[in-house]
Amino acid sequence: MAHLGPGKAASSKEQAGLRYPSNGKTIYHRPLNRTKTAELSQSSFAYLFSEMVTYAQRRVTGIQELEKRLNLQGHPIGLKLLDLLLTREPPRSQTRPLTIIALLHFIKINLWTHLFGRQADRLEKSSDPDAPDEYMIVDNEPLVNAYISVPREMSQLNCAAFVAGIIEGVCDGAMFPARVTAHSVGGKEEGEMWPGKTVFLVKFQPEVLEREALIGKG
Amino acid sequence: MFVTVFALIIINKAGGLIYNRTFHEGGLHKISTNDYLVLAGTFHGVHAITARLNPLKPAATLNRTSTSSSTTTTAATGAGGGAPFARPDPPSGLEVLETENFRMQCFTTLTGIKFLLFTDTTQANVDLTTRRVYDLYTDYVMKNPFYQLEMPVRCDMFDRKLGSYIREINNR
Repeated sequence: MAHLGPGKAASSKEQAGLRYPSNGKTIYHRPLNRTKTAELSQSSFAYLFSEMVTYAQRRVTGIQELEKRLNLQGHPIGLKLLDLLLTREPPRSQTRPLTIIALLHFIKINLWTHLFGRQADRLEKSSDPDAPDEYMIVDNEPLVNAYISVPREMSQLNCAAFVAGIIEGVCDGAMFPARVTAHSVGGKEEGEMWPGKTVFLVKFQPEVLEREALIGKG
Repeated sequence: MFVTVFALIIINKAGGLIYNRTFHEGGLHKISTNDYLVLAGTFHGVHAITARLNPLKPAATLNRTSTSSSTTTTAATGAGGGAPFARPDPPSGLEVLETENFRMQCFTTLTGIKFLLFTDTTQANVDLTTRRVYDLYTDYVMKNPFYQLEMPVRCDMFDRKLGSYIREINNR
């Protein structure tokens, strides 16, 4: 109790130094870019991303390793975005996703809208009974691949592995450890509607499904 | 009216052929890849010389030379700015080459890449078309991390977008 006096004085001093806006919104609640549309230049992004791919390409031996590196570049972004996007949610829905479906919806709607200005095109569960841990997020034309043509000898590669890394970061941050990979599914035939169609395959760790089953029972 | 874009050639700043595509079968005679390479190199040389043939005074804006009855060569200087003290544009060199049956428009970028568009003689607004082709090039070739500068262009996305743009023009 003896500490009450000085403690109180210190806290009032602190209040004088650190002020919150009266509406409770801090710099984390709004993007730094306050222009009307809050848009960024796609060209600048394309050039930056192109350099990121070139950088990842240095000293790699195969396509798998290159995808792994792009994935690693995206992972920390996903971890941080999960926190940021949840902070920006209204207080009532500010809990982190607790089920696989809630998490995937969060990714499909909130994450995609924040990153690309639109929702992902589709969400699917693997129809294969042997792989109940696999879910798919479909994007018909990923923004990162807008200007990229992959050479024929690297046809396995999809540079959206970077976005897969972001998704993986979100899943890991939400305590749903998973492996996420990007696969091209379009471009097989001429005159196709979506030649750059990409599927993000989300494969959750077994413990996630185990927990999910327990929650279902309870 | 029958208007067509026959073919496109892109020449890099060293005079090497980096892209070559025919859009309209039967418009021009087919020549071998080797001949295309020679055409690109020769044109590059001629272009360099015509760029040197630049009148000193900005007053003279056009310099016409007729080489033969069937081929007319026009070397525009591009120095015809309105303001007297403005720095004149760099000499553009050869821009249009016209024969009875086709017209070749050359667009040189500031970085020295040349876009040669072979069209029908009646084709209008070829400038706009070359500009648009240049736009597509900057988007789908220059922003592609797998393209190496000065090397032949092998980008599916560029092929696709260019094809649909030219098809649109040819079917108009």
